[in-house]
Amino acid sequence: MRTVTNRTITTELLLSLYRKMLEIRMFELKVQELYRLGLLPGFIHLYVGEEAIAVGVCSNLKAEDLVFSTHRGQGHALAKGVPPRLVLAELWGKATGCSGGHGGGMHLYAPEYGFMGTNGVVGDSIPLATGAALSAKMRRSEQVVVSFFGDGAVNSGSFHEALTLGAVWGLPVVYVCENNLYAVEMAFHRATKNTSVQSRAAAYGMPGFEIDGNDVVAVHQAASEAVDRARSGNGPTLIECKTYRTLGHHEGDPGTDYRTKEEVEIWKQRCPIKAMREQLLEEGTVPQDSLKNIEKEIYSWLEEAVAFARSSPPPSPTTVLDHLF
Amino acid sequence: MRQSFREIRYVDAGVEALQEEMRRDETILYIGQGIGPRGGNFRHTRGLWSEFGDDRVRDTGICELGATGVGIGAAMAGSRVVVDEVFLDFALEAMSQIIQQAATISYLSNGKIKVPVVIRSAMGAIRNAGAHHSHTFYSWFASTPGLKVILPATPYDVKGLLKTALREQGPVIFVEHKALYYSKGLVPEAEYEIPLGQAQICREGKDVTVVATSRMVNLALEAASILEKDGIYTEVVDPRTIVPLDTETIVASVRKTGRVVAVDEAPPLCGFASEIVAIACENCLNDLVSPPRRICSLPVPNPFSPVLENVMIPSVDRMVGEIRSVVKS
Repeated sequence: MRTVTNRTITTELLLSLYRKMLEIRMFELKVQELYRLGLLPGFIHLYVGEEAIAVGVCSNLKAEDLVFSTHRGQGHALAKGVPPRLVLAELWGKATGCSGGHGGGMHLYAPEYGFMGTNGVVGDSIPLATGAALSAKMRRSEQVVVSFFGDGAVNSGSFHEALTLGAVWGLPVVYVCENNLYAVEMAFHRATKNTSVQSRAAAYGMPGFEIDGNDVVAVHQAASEAVDRARSGNGPTLIECKTYRTLGHHEGDPGTDYRTKEEVEIWKQRCPIKAMREQLLEEGTVPQDSLKNIEKEIYSWLEEAVAFARSSPPPSPTTVLDHLF
Repeated sequence: MRQSFREIRYVDAGVEALQEEMRRDETILYIGQGIGPRGGNFRHTRGLWSEFGDDRVRDTGICELGATGVGIGAAMAGSRVVVDEVFLDFALEAMSQIIQQAATISYLSNGKIKVPVVIRSAMGAIRNAGAHHSHTFYSWFASTPGLKVILPATPYDVKGLLKTALREQGPVIFVEHKALYYSKGLVPEAEYEIPLGQAQICREGKDVTVVATSRMVNLALEAASILEKDGIYTEVVDPRTIVPLDTETIVASVRKTGRVVAVDEAPPLCGFASEIVAIACENCLNDLVSPPRRICSLPVPNPFSPVLENVMIPSVDRMVGEIRSVVKS
């Protein structure tokens, strides 16, 4: 495990990281509530427990940088700056969703925010992200591309071929593995002999790091270096973030058919938001009031998104053939 | 104004199209195996690397899945890309990227992200290359919503259609035929493009419409010459683009002749020849004087021994026999 380096972490930064994580947590729990009321079509894959990774990484990105995500992507979208009303309206299948209701949670695109899609195919987004980085390099744009994927993707051909090309072509891409120890029901240690994701980086000739994915500052630091490396033309990095999803793989999966309740409880205690809240209170630089205010603000932020999505119309059936080509 | 023409090879027509478009549009990148200094397995990229260099003409190792995904991702982000699979067969390694990603991104993003990528390859049997190098499954791409599919049969079509493909805003599957690379044809000196969705009537005739694709077009024309001696006049229609398909020209021809034979180097089940039969039945049933016929490859993997492969692939003889039986029935 890599320790946090001595860079100045301001209270302002910590508060902003805390706020962003809490936004994602509250958003996801609201999505769960709406889904259980039968209001959202399709399938939902919630990011609860993993917020430090999306926030820690995306807090280093500029608006023009690009993010490629997974099937569990609402957290990435929000962290990249996609407004919650557009994400929620999309999950709700409404015309005002960022994909006009064409995509839903697993095919959610908001390129105006640099969010280049969630994806229903594990691993497919990794070559796509690598390609976007190639384009950035060829256009001399200084954009950096982040490719998020889980432990489930790291034994795929997609991962292997994409990292091979990203490294040999020296592309401005940061590969972030959210290792939550399970790919649906498959424990990582049963899927592969080498359970160190970061050690795979050496095979491709790129730097690799393993980070506590529930420590938002550690993620922020590691990602900061990787983003700098990419932006300065020095190629890709692989960052393995160890984390856990405390809910099931999708809403409807209890998550305990293949995991013990004890294990889930242990990880709930390692909640990244709880940890940051405690750190802020312990340091004494923020009064408890300001944390309460943040909660209130997020509550309004979320209510606005829900009202918007709820009152939005579904797409007209006449638009079913739109935008095919 | 008189246009001046010169005779060039099918393979050179592709190179010319690429040179012209890559000069015109500096965002075009070309990615594939052996397409750099070697000039391509079929000499089909000769000269591109020396003109445009390593940055724009990128050789890869053997990683079609990664290379195709990278090409698609680059196209999403503002470049225009050609991904060369070289052999259509090896596009199979990249199918998820082509079918699940390239074909769907415009629709799923509600039109916000376009994917200007040309997936280029060569299909079909050549000199007993065998099963793993002779596939013809272009219809799988044609039946995937979101992909345009082009099958040029002549040097003129290669150049005009490839230039158009390189100006499309979405993904195009550009399928040449290996056995056509050294065939010759007339191509204008001046630059030109061919719009997609325009079939070519290669030969006019009153007795039967033969719709053929790719290498089968030439064989159909040979068969038509033979049949003419028997007083059978064959109209040969080459769709040139499978998606978008010029249904109008095909329907008009079938209504005129009252008979249709579809010739395809792919096997019959669920293939493009079946689509032609469906179109004829849906639109021309009252005009048909005999049932539509498909002439396709026998449904086996391409066998190695020449005697076997010659029986598997539609031959001029087989075509003559089938078309004659359709007209005489």
